Amino acid sequence: MPQKIFAPWDDPQEKPLIRFQNVTKRFGDFTAIDSIDLDIYAREFFALLGPSGCGKTTLMRMLAGFETPSSGTILLAGQDIAPVAPNQRAVNMMFQSYALFPHLSVWDNIAFGLRREKRPKDQVAARVEEMLKLTRLTKFARRKPHQISGGQRQRVALARSLAKAPKLLLLDEPLGALDKKLREETQFELMDIQEKTGTTFVIVTHDQEEAMTVASRVAVMDEGKLMQIATPDRIYEAPNSVYVADFIGDVNIIEGKAHQVGELVQLDWAEGQPALAARTDKNLGLAQTCYLAIRPEKVSISADRPGGANALQGEIIDIAYLGNLSTYHVKLPTGHVIKAQQANTRRISRRPFTWEDKVWVSWTETAAVVLDQ
Amino acid sequence: MNRLSPFNVVSLTLGFAFLYLPMIILVIYSFNASKLVTVWAGFSTQWYGELLRNEAFLDAALVTLKVAVLTSTLATVLGTCTAYVLVRIHRFPGRTLFSGMAFAPLVMPDVILGLSLLLLFIGVGVDRGVLTIVLAHTTFAMCYVSVVVSSRLVAFDQSLEEAALDLGATPWETFRLVTLPIIAPAVISGWLLAFTLSLDDLVIASFTAGPSSTTLPMKIFSAVRLGVSPEINALSTIMISIVTVGVIAASLLSKRAAVQRVREEKAAERA
Ligand SMILES: Nc1ncnc2c1ncn2[C@@H]1O[C@H](COP(=O)(O)OP(=O)(O)O)[C@@H](O)[C@H]1O
Ligand SMILES: [Mg+2]
Repeated sequence: MPQKIFAPWDDPQEKPLIRFQNVTKRFGDFTAIDSIDLDIYAREFFALLGPSGCGKTTLMRMLAGFETPSSGTILLAGQDIAPVAPNQRAVNMMFQSYALFPHLSVWDNIAFGLRREKRPKDQVAARVEEMLKLTRLTKFARRKPHQISGGQRQRVALARSLAKAPKLLLLDEPLGALDKKLREETQFELMDIQEKTGTTFVIVTHDQEEAMTVASRVAVMDEGKLMQIATPDRIYEAPNSVYVADFIGDVNIIEGKAHQVGELVQLDWAEGQPALAARTDKNLGLAQTCYLAIRPEKVSISADRPGGANALQGEIIDIAYLGNLSTYHVKLPTGHVIKAQQANTRRISRRPFTWEDKVWVSWTETAAVVLDQ
Repeated sequence: MNRLSPFNVVSLTLGFAFLYLPMIILVIYSFNASKLVTVWAGFSTQWYGELLRNEAFLDAALVTLKVAVLTSTLATVLGTCTAYVLVRIHRFPGRTLFSGMAFAPLVMPDVILGLSLLLLFIGVGVDRGVLTIVLAHTTFAMCYVSVVVSSRLVAFDQSLEEAALDLGATPWETFRLVTLPIIAPAVISGWLLAFTLSLDDLVIASFTAGPSSTTLPMKIFSAVRLGVSPEINALSTIMISIVTVGVIAASLLSKRAAVQRVREEKAAERA
C-alpha cells in the first residue's frame, strides 16, 4: 500500500516544534551541553542516544524547564521558552526514576496534573479512566505505587505524563529498569501510544537497539555534542564518523590513506597489501587519512579466493555463536581482525568453517563507508 | 542473631536500672499513704486527689500545656521552613551564615539563651508572660525541629517535586500536596519533640516567665525546695505516664505502617 512517508525534516516548508539554537549549558566550568543546534518536528519519535554522562538528561531538563541554558535559545512552537516556568510549559516528562507520588493511589497520581488545571471533576475522571485503559492499569487504579510491580509503575508514570495531552512528552530512559522481554513489549506499546495520541516524543536511551526500534530519527551524542542526527537506517548505513559507526552496532574500522579517482577511493591501509576499494560521494584530499567502516554482516567469508575487489586472507581466531547468526573473527597477517557475520542456515555440526581455518574475507566496493573523521 | 550471653544480661540490667530505677521509686512512692516520703505506710491514691484540689498546680499545668502547644506548633512551622530552605536551596547569599545561626541555639547554654532573651524582652518592653515563654521556647525548639525535618528532606527524592511542577503544580501546591505529606512523619516527630522540650524546660522559662505565668517545672522546682512531697511524686507520675503513652503510641503507629508496607510490597511482587 502506498503511504505518505513521514519525513518533515526533509521538508523546508515545515516548522519545527522544538528548535535548539546554539544552546550551551555549563555547570561551573564543566560544559555539559556544547553549542547544540537541533530541530525536532511535531509527531516525531525522537531518540537521544549516547553513553552515560554525555548530557542527554541535561538536554531533557532544559526542555522541561528544570535547567536554563547558559547561552543560546530554545524555541517551542516558535516561542522562546526561557521565561516560561516548568509548571507553565505544555511539556511533560516521564522521569528516569518514575517519580510517582508514594502517598497517592495510581488513580490520584494520574489525576494530579489534570486537577491542577482546575478541570471539572467528571472530565478529570473520564480522562483518568481513558489513560488507565490505554496503559491497561484499570485493575490497579486504587493501589499505591509500592503495591504494584516495576512494569506497572512504569506504565503509571507514562499514563501520568500523557494525561494532560502535552504537545511534547519527554521520556528519560523510560525502560531502563525493565528486563529485556518486557522492554521489547513496552517499546512497541510506546510506539503504539505515540501513534494513537499523536504526541511528539523525545526519548533518551543509552540502548542503541531501543533507539533504532522506536525512533523516527536518532541523535547520537558524545560529551555534550551532537555527532549525527538522522533516521535509524541512515545512522546505521551511513554514519558520518567513526564514533557513530562504532556506537551503533558492530563495525570493522580500517584506517588508511586515500587516493580518490571520481567516486572511487583506493585506500592504502597496510604495507605490501593491495589497496582497498570503496565508493563515496565525499571529496577527499590526496593521501588524506580516512577510515573504512564495514558492517560484519556485509563481509562474506569463503574458503576459496573470491573474484572482485577487497578480498583478504586470514585465519579464524574466534567464533561467536549467537544462535541465528555466527560472527567469525578473522585475523589478517597485518594484525587486523575482521569480523564477518553469517546466518546459520545449517546445523552446527555442518558448519563450513571452524577455528584456525584459513579463509578469505571480502566485501563489495559499496559495502564500505568512507569516513574522514 | 546473637543470643543473650550472661554478660549481655548483666549489662542490660545495669543499664536499665541506672535509667529507670529512680523513676520506679518515684512512681511507687506516689502511691504511699504516708506523708513522709521515705517511709512506706501502705497503698493509697490520696495524693492524686490532693493534686486535683491544688489550684496552684492546676494553674501551672494549664500554663505549661498552653506554652507547649503554642511552642511546638510555632517551632514546627518555622523549623520546617528553615529545613526546607537549607536542604533545597543550595546557594544563596549568606547560606553558610544562616545555617550556622539556625543551629547555634542547639549548643548554646540555656542560661545564656534565657538571659539574653530576658534582656531583649526588657529592652523592647514586652510584658513577660505566656507569650514571652512561647517565643523563648520556640527559639531553641525550632532548631531541633529543623534537624529532624532536614534529615527526612535529605532522603527525599527531589524528582518528586520536579514531577509535581512538571504536571503544572505551583511551588506552593507542590509543597502542600507532595512534599508535606511525604515528610509528615518527620514533621509530627518534630512537633512531639518540641512539645516535650517545652514541657520540661525550667531554665529558660524561669528567665522569661512573668508573675502570673509559672510553668509546672518552675512550680515543682520551687515546691521541692521546701521538701519533696508525695503530691509532687503523683504529679511526676502523671507526667511520666503521658510521655510513655505518647512514645509507645508513636512507635506502634510507625511500626504498623512499616509492617503493612512490607506486606503490600511482597504482595505486589507476587502479583
Ligand atoms: N546539576 C549539575 N551540576 C553539576 N554537574 C552536572 C549537573 N547535572 C549534570 N551534570 C554533569 O553533566 C554531565 C551530563 O549529565 P547528564 O545530562 O545527566 O548525562 P546523561 O543523562 O547523558 O547520562 C555529567 O557529567 C554530569 O556529571
Ligand atoms: Mg541520564
